[in-house]
Amino acid sequence: MSLLAVSNLTKRYHRGGKPFAAVDEVSFEVGPGETLALAGPSGSGKSTIARLVLRLIEPDAGRIGFEGADFLALSGAALRARRARLQMVFQDPLAAFNPRATVARVLDDPLRIHNIASRAERPRRIAALLERVGLDAGLAARAIHEISGGQRQRVAIARAIATRPSLIVLDEAVSALDVSVRGQILELLLDLQRRERIAYLFISHDLGVIRAVAHRVVILDAGRIAESGDARAVIANPQSPVGKALVEAAPRLTRNRP
Amino acid sequence: MNRLRRFFRTPEAIAGALILALLAAMALAAPLLFPGDPQAIAGPALQPPFQDWSVPLGTDRLGRNVLAELFHGARTSLAVGLAAAAAALLIGAVVGTLAGFAGGLIDEALMRVTDAFQTVPSFLLALAFVSIVGPSLGVVVAAIALSAWTGPARVARAEVLSIRERDYVAGARVIGMHPLEIAFREVLPNALPPVLALSSVIVAAAILTEAALSFLGLGDPNRVTWGGMIAEGRTVLRTAPFLSVVPGVALVLTVLGIYLTGEGVVESTAVSRSLS
Repeated sequence: MSLLAVSNLTKRYHRGGKPFAAVDEVSFEVGPGETLALAGPSGSGKSTIARLVLRLIEPDAGRIGFEGADFLALSGAALRARRARLQMVFQDPLAAFNPRATVARVLDDPLRIHNIASRAERPRRIAALLERVGLDAGLAARAIHEISGGQRQRVAIARAIATRPSLIVLDEAVSALDVSVRGQILELLLDLQRRERIAYLFISHDLGVIRAVAHRVVILDAGRIAESGDARAVIANPQSPVGKALVEAAPRLTRNRP
Repeated sequence: MNRLRRFFRTPEAIAGALILALLAAMALAAPLLFPGDPQAIAGPALQPPFQDWSVPLGTDRLGRNVLAELFHGARTSLAVGLAAAAAALLIGAVVGTLAGFAGGLIDEALMRVTDAFQTVPSFLLALAFVSIVGPSLGVVVAAIALSAWTGPARVARAEVLSIRERDYVAGARVIGMHPLEIAFREVLPNALPPVLALSSVIVAAAILTEAALSFLGLGDPNRVTWGGMIAEGRTVLRTAPFLSVVPGVALVLTVLGIYLTGEGVVESTAVSRSLS
């Protein structure tokens, strides 16, 4: 039983008056507690798929099943309620938060919207969330723009896990971080997955990172699936031209999934 | 603190702030310095200024103290200007945010209404509104706001159109926030700075519109207004020009002070933006 089942997903845009498919008949599944990576060069449709899966944009065709229900059939309050189970972490942790927000407000919103904790209880829950992602609880009072990029991405992860989701879409979530911070964030993500069986849809162009965290990989090219399979097998022996090009572009692939 | 220092760096800003401070002091001190009805008779009619120091700026056709009227008029001008501008900015920001954030049919409908208001000359609109509903302070404020909200609405919409594509708005949708909450809590506060930059122009225009309405006899008859004073002096313009000149100068200085201050604010925020 898969957690997320995407079939024949299609999204068309117009470019210079001519229609072209940014995502063209893409199908894949993600199981509970599994990490599926979407890889591919820029413009291959990775981020469009992420936004389609999150219903930030609507597909032109195809189906999205989530937790056994038709996710595309939901709307209004039912959709907003179901969003608790399907979260996202963005690439740029500064752009992903309201520039006026504080850390506390960013974490308070999901708890309030989904009625997870009473008003009196929320400060304690916020402190627990911050500690869960390895941050000091005292950070809550700080403004988002006052903390470092790595801290910000941890706050983004804390916000994503606040509603106890079963799937988190990570759209290039570690690409904007510097290398030492990147390793720590990946460790945190793996730790959360081990303990809470959260599945990840991990979008990245970096095969080194994908090999370190993903179970399976789907390689995209111009909106279509070029190849897919076990992450290490595909990266060790890519069959498609795009897969080969991506592997050649990656400088070193020494890390293994712990 | 820093922002304040930056604000007071240019001479225009200092001059503007001084004029506005003086005006505010006049408005606040009016009931203390000139208690009682400023429209009561204080002495012989048409006394020229600087003769009798109980009426330093002289008296008008009915023997009313011009200085008292000037002080009380500052109250009306400021109250109407600020209230009308606040109402116009509020309506404009809300309409612009709804139009820009909702898009589609709602956007079309709201912007066509905005167009309709913009195509009617704003003073004509205020004039028609007051002459139908009747002159009172509240109606004058509503009339001016009604003709001034379209500018803020357009600016707010343009800003919202760019902000709604940002990641943090997508992030708010992902955590299941209600669209209205996203529009007014996440988007609107970030769209406000360019809208607020319009406020000096709108306050100044509102004060001038109020004066013009009063000049035409459509101001609140129970209050002293500078426009009304100018109109009063018009009939004796050749024999007692000071009756129109004094409130006229006050009006010019006020509008000038507001513009200069607005300029100073824009200047100082521009610096802070380029620094950050």
